Formats: sequence, structure tokens, C-alpha cells
Amino acid sequence: MNLQINQHQINEIHELQLTGEVDAYTAPKLKEVMLPLTEKEGGTVVVDLSGIDYMDSTGLGVFVGALKSSKANNSSLKLRGMTDRVKRIFEITGLTEVMDIESGVKGEAL
Amino acid sequence: MTAKDALTERYQDLLSVYLKAKTETTLYKGQQFSRKLLEQQISPEDLVSLHIQVMDELFPNMSEEMRDSFDFLLEAMIGYGFAYREHQSLRDKQQQLESEIEVAASMQQTLLLSDVPEFDELDIGVVSVPAKKMNGDYYNFVKSGSSLSVAVADIIGKGIPAALCMSMIKYAMDSLPEEQMKPHLLLENLNRVVEQNVNSNMFITMFHGVYEPESHKFFYAGAGHEPGFIYHAKEDQFHDLIAKGLVLGVSRTTTYHPYERVVEVGDMVILLSDGVTECRTSKGFIEREEIVSLIRKYMDLPAQNVVENVFQELDRLQGFELRDDFTLIILKRMV
Repeated sequence: MNLQINQHQINEIHELQLTGEVDAYTAPKLKEVMLPLTEKEGGTVVVDLSGIDYMDSTGLGVFVGALKSSKANNSSLKLRGMTDRVKRIFEITGLTEVMDIESGVKGEAL
Repeated sequence: MTAKDALTERYQDLLSVYLKAKTETTLYKGQQFSRKLLEQQISPEDLVSLHIQVMDELFPNMSEEMRDSFDFLLEAMIGYGFAYREHQSLRDKQQQLESEIEVAASMQQTLLLSDVPEFDELDIGVVSVPAKKMNGDYYNFVKSGSSLSVAVADIIGKGIPAALCMSMIKYAMDSLPEEQMKPHLLLENLNRVVEQNVNSNMFITMFHGVYEPESHKFFYAGAGHEPGFIYHAKEDQFHDLIAKGLVLGVSRTTTYHPYERVVEVGDMVILLSDGVTECRTSKGFIEREEIVSLIRKYMDLPAQNVVENVFQELDRLQGFELRDDFTLIILKRMV
């Protein structure tokens, strides 16, 4: 399976629109794009996950790394548009408590 | 005819055909021929000298300048020849290192395997199967005093870092004093160890529980781990064994909530890794209810047979291709 990453930038806000799957195969690609963005001090990275129907623990690891990097670099990381299945793994791992996740979750399929 | 003679002859054929007809097909054949050259470990300057030899034969009256220019080219290729040989020797070394790492990692894993202890009150079943060579799942049983401690962990990340991390967890757990064997305190301790020692996109999910035979209580806490189940025999129902908490290794100051449950005769505590519920079939994911119904189907058997049967059915549903490591543990109170 594949992961498609679309990038937009408005001023200091970088938005990543993800479509597909974030797993052990596609996680390195996401890390390569997302991590440098979180290293820009004062910047904001918004990740739209509404097109993601599967994420495994390696994928989650990329978000954990990005969270740590944004804390270390005073940037902010926001996630939005999680499907129920993706939201579930953020909930189980307790990451919903420490990450900025926009409410208004979309259902599995529209 | 030596291999080199054969190559020379083939090169001469291709080149003379090309010089006569100049077709795309012959050019393409030349491209394919370069693969053969690499297979035979012909270095760049060897190829130039091959070209000179062939040109000498094809054009005995080649101009002196042309002939000399090839000699010059040959010298200019020497550096590429060194780079090529260095590449080859690095590749050999890399292959050697990879296989050594693989051996070391699997050796460590064997060393870390936990024996399933004999415990009078409990019937214990365990199955833990890696999706690839290395298992990222880890489980551990420790008898401490009259109690039994059980841990299931999923280490995110692969290879050597994950293997080292696993032994870090094991030795950190082994070295904790007995009064710290309370699950939520143990997780807080481990979290500090992990947070300091792993790289940023690695983390560990863990469930830890202690069964205390005097009170028949199961004390537990969770660090972002897939919830297990508890089966109550009296009401013949399965419930989620939810233990909320952040995964290990994200934030140094994380605290964990203590939970406890009374375990009665015939009750079962079921622990698992997320590989169990992230199993994918051609029809989609396997839901937790399906795991429950599989356990229900076999639960009159001894615990070890239950976990093995459940694994085999799930494996079959996935077409015998595990996508994630798989660990399932059942503790059943007998008396």
C-alpha cells in the first residue's frame, strides 16, 4: 500500500494532507517530510489524517518523534481529521492526552 | 576459452554490429551487456582496455591520435576503478555485518525468553510469534514471593536498537526491589529509564500485572498497551481489561493509574499484543469480538491449547502471513 503526502504552506503554517496508509513501509517517507518541518522554531505543522485508513505502531512512532521534536524546537504540531480506526490507536497509546488533536472527527467512510 | 575471452568476443560482435547498422536494438543489447560485465566484476578501466583491444582488431589502421586518446582515457578511468573496487569490498563487509547483526539479535532474543513458571493456582498459556525474524513483542513472568508478575510489551522499532531496548527492560525489571513490584510504580520507573535511553521515534507499550494468591486479586497498570480481557465465569462474560496510560518513553513525568480486579475460580485474565487485533484478513480487520469468540470456542481446553488454537485460526484467517508480531497470554484461576 502507498502513502501520498500533499504539502501546502500559508505563512508559517505547513499543512500536510495524508492519503493512504502509514505503516512500516511508508513511515520513513512521512518522517523525512514531517520531521524537518517540526524543527523550524515558532512554526506550525498541521497534519490532516482524514485520508488515512490504517496506521500501525511504526507510523505512530513517527508522530511521537515529531511531537518530541516540536517540543524541543518550540514549534507546534496539530493533528486533525482522524478516522475512528486511527483515533483508536492514539487513544489506546494515551497520545490523545499529550498531542494537540482537533476535534470534529470524521467517520470511517464518507 | 576463458570467461574474459568470451566477453571480449561478445563485445567485439556487439560493437561491430552496432557500427555497421547503428540500431536501437544493438544499443539496448550494449546496455544489457554492462550487467554481464558487473557480474563478472569487470572494472571500468578493464572495459576501456577491452574497447582498445577490440578497436585495434576492427580498425588496424586507426589514426595514431585516436589510438593514443584511448590510452589517455584508460589512465583517466583509474580513479573510477578504485571507487568500484572499494564499493565491492564495502558491499561484502556490509553483507557480513548484516548477517552478524542478525545472529546477535536472535541470540539475544533467545537469552531473553521467559520461562512460563509453574504456579499452583493458575493455568498459564502463552504464544508469542514474530512476524519477521525479530520479535518486537516481549513477555516476562517473574515469581516474587507468593505472587506472580506478568508483563507484555511491544517495542516499536526494529533490529539492534529494539533488541537492546528489550534487554534494558528486562534488567530494569529484574533489578527493581520487591516493594516496587506494584504495576503502576513499575511502569513509572521503566518510563524514566526508557525516556532517557531510546531515540525519539521509538517507544514501548506495556501492560504489567501482579496476581496475588492470598487475596485472589489481580493488580495491573498499562502504558498505552492494547487492552486485554477478563473473563468472569460466574456471569459467563468477557470484559475489556482497560488500563489507561501513556506509552513508555514519551514524557519523563508520566504517572500511571493503579487498577485491580478480583479473580474468582474459573475466571481468566487475557493479555495480548496489538498484533492480535491488528490482524488483517482479505475482508478487513479482525475485531476484538472475534478474538473473544475464538477464545470462547476453545476455553474448556487447557490454557496452552487455547492460545495455540486461537493463534492457528487467526493465522489461517490471514492467509498464514503475519503482518505484526503476535502474543497472547491466558491466566486461568484453577482453585
